[in-house]
Amino acid sequence: MIRVENLVKTYGSVHALDGLSLHVEPGVVYGFLGPNGAGKTTTLRILSGLARPDRGQAWIMDQPVALRQSAGQGVAARLMVGVLPEEPAFYAWMTPRELLRDLVAPLYGMEPAEAAKRTNLLLEQVGLSGSADRRIGGFSRGMRQRLGLAQALVHRPKILLLDEPVSALDPAGRKEVLELIDDLRQQATVLLSTHILADVERVCDMIGIINQGRMIIESEREALLERYAVPLIEVESDDALENWAEQARSLPGVESVTLANHTARLQVKDAATIQAELLASLLRQGLHLQRFEIVRPSLEDVFLRLTNSTKPTD
Amino acid sequence: MFPTLLKKEMREQRRTHRLLIFVVAFALIGLMSPLIARYTPLLLRSIPDVPAELAAIIPDPTLKDAVDQYTKNFSQLGLLLVIVLTMGIIAQEKERGTAGMLFTKPVRRSAFVLAKWLASMGSLLAGLLLAAVGCLFYTWILFEPLPIGGFLALNALLMVFLGFFMTLALTGSALARSQPMAAGYAFALVVVALILGALPWLGEYMPGRLMAWGWGLVMGGAASAWPALIVSLGLTGLALLAACLYLEKEEL
Repeated sequence: MIRVENLVKTYGSVHALDGLSLHVEPGVVYGFLGPNGAGKTTTLRILSGLARPDRGQAWIMDQPVALRQSAGQGVAARLMVGVLPEEPAFYAWMTPRELLRDLVAPLYGMEPAEAAKRTNLLLEQVGLSGSADRRIGGFSRGMRQRLGLAQALVHRPKILLLDEPVSALDPAGRKEVLELIDDLRQQATVLLSTHILADVERVCDMIGIINQGRMIIESEREALLERYAVPLIEVESDDALENWAEQARSLPGVESVTLANHTARLQVKDAATIQAELLASLLRQGLHLQRFEIVRPSLEDVFLRLTNSTKPTD
Repeated sequence: MFPTLLKKEMREQRRTHRLLIFVVAFALIGLMSPLIARYTPLLLRSIPDVPAELAAIIPDPTLKDAVDQYTKNFSQLGLLLVIVLTMGIIAQEKERGTAGMLFTKPVRRSAFVLAKWLASMGSLLAGLLLAAVGCLFYTWILFEPLPIGGFLALNALLMVFLGFFMTLALTGSALARSQPMAAGYAFALVVVALILGALPWLGEYMPGRLMAWGWGLVMGGAASAWPALIVSLGLTGLALLAACLYLEKEEL
């Protein structure tokens, strides 16, 4: 469905993409992850036909993606794709209805009656019906992001390229849009770039993690968590845990301990065997436990481990 | 695709008041030209303490002065207005990201440029038509009727002259990535064209020569300048082609 092979892109001395390859199968929601500057947006710009790679090639449904359209290149690919950029930009003097009905829909050859019907439906879906005839110039960033999603969906694309689709939304809006993306898997293949790992865990079937312009790993979500996640134990107490954490670090089988407020997070080799020893050491120190839990590792843990980051990205 | 883009551009000309500015400013230039020609000598003579000898040599206004004012005003004020109103129209879309939004759709970039050019030419034509009507009316009131055929021909040549500079400004806008840069490119291109037009051996073939031809068509006496017309139209086409080709290749 989407095929990218050995993409190389440099900006001066910066290697934005360094031989990136990826494959997205039909009907999949693909989470495209990576730290800032990893090359996610550059990849999406190349797939959208806004930039050209120095080397390598990309295909969408077996049609080559190209920047130039004058020779007819890239048009076929563009007809099948809907794009939501990270910061959607619109004409401030237009209204959402005018944008979708009078500009975007006719560009895909839609008849006026169908364009009007589709516009109403999409505005309803993204929660902008009440603002359909307001000037876009007065919209918040969240409203622009919703409108950006609507304009990407006008022609019922087979492929959706979404760059940070929920980054500007409030929690309720984020939930709505993620549900919408989840529903879209029946109709379209989605390539979703985001920093919000919880969202990826929620909707993506496949995950690709890139760093420094290269694909580190491409895998099904569950397989990735299974393969790379290390066991974790979380300890929460009313008392200060600093002294206990210091001791715990020296225990065999404990790989690392991080502390945040009154919660300690321990990366261990085998949670089942070490939990008794940890509980005993907690009791010896007379600490009042609120919680002692073997937790399921999150995608964030896997992501941080694979990208060698020290801080969460969101 | 092209009709959709053209409709969007025409709507943008209206909503962003570009059309209104063209129409109002050009209409004012058209109306004011015969008024200035008619009343400037009277105002000069009425200044207190103007020596009688000086007042006596201030000539009485004629139809020629009205046509002079009209051509001069358009070749200076009109030209400046055309450049200022056109120089940002593509760069602004690149800077704000709206061009990027459009180019992810099955839109040919040359169609995008042509739609902008045609809509801007439409606004220019509307402004020039109103200016011509205003000038015709006031000249008739204040002086005598202008020869309609010659005056229409003058305005057609003005359209070519201003259209050429509008296209240069649009090309500068296509080459730039920001509005200040677009202003720089547009003025640089215009200045180069004006300097070339001032060269004696080249000026005969440049758009500036059209003004003198147009004036002669109204007042009689000036030789035709078909080579300048052909060169102006050719350069306009080349500038437009350059804008299209550059944008087709540009990464956004």
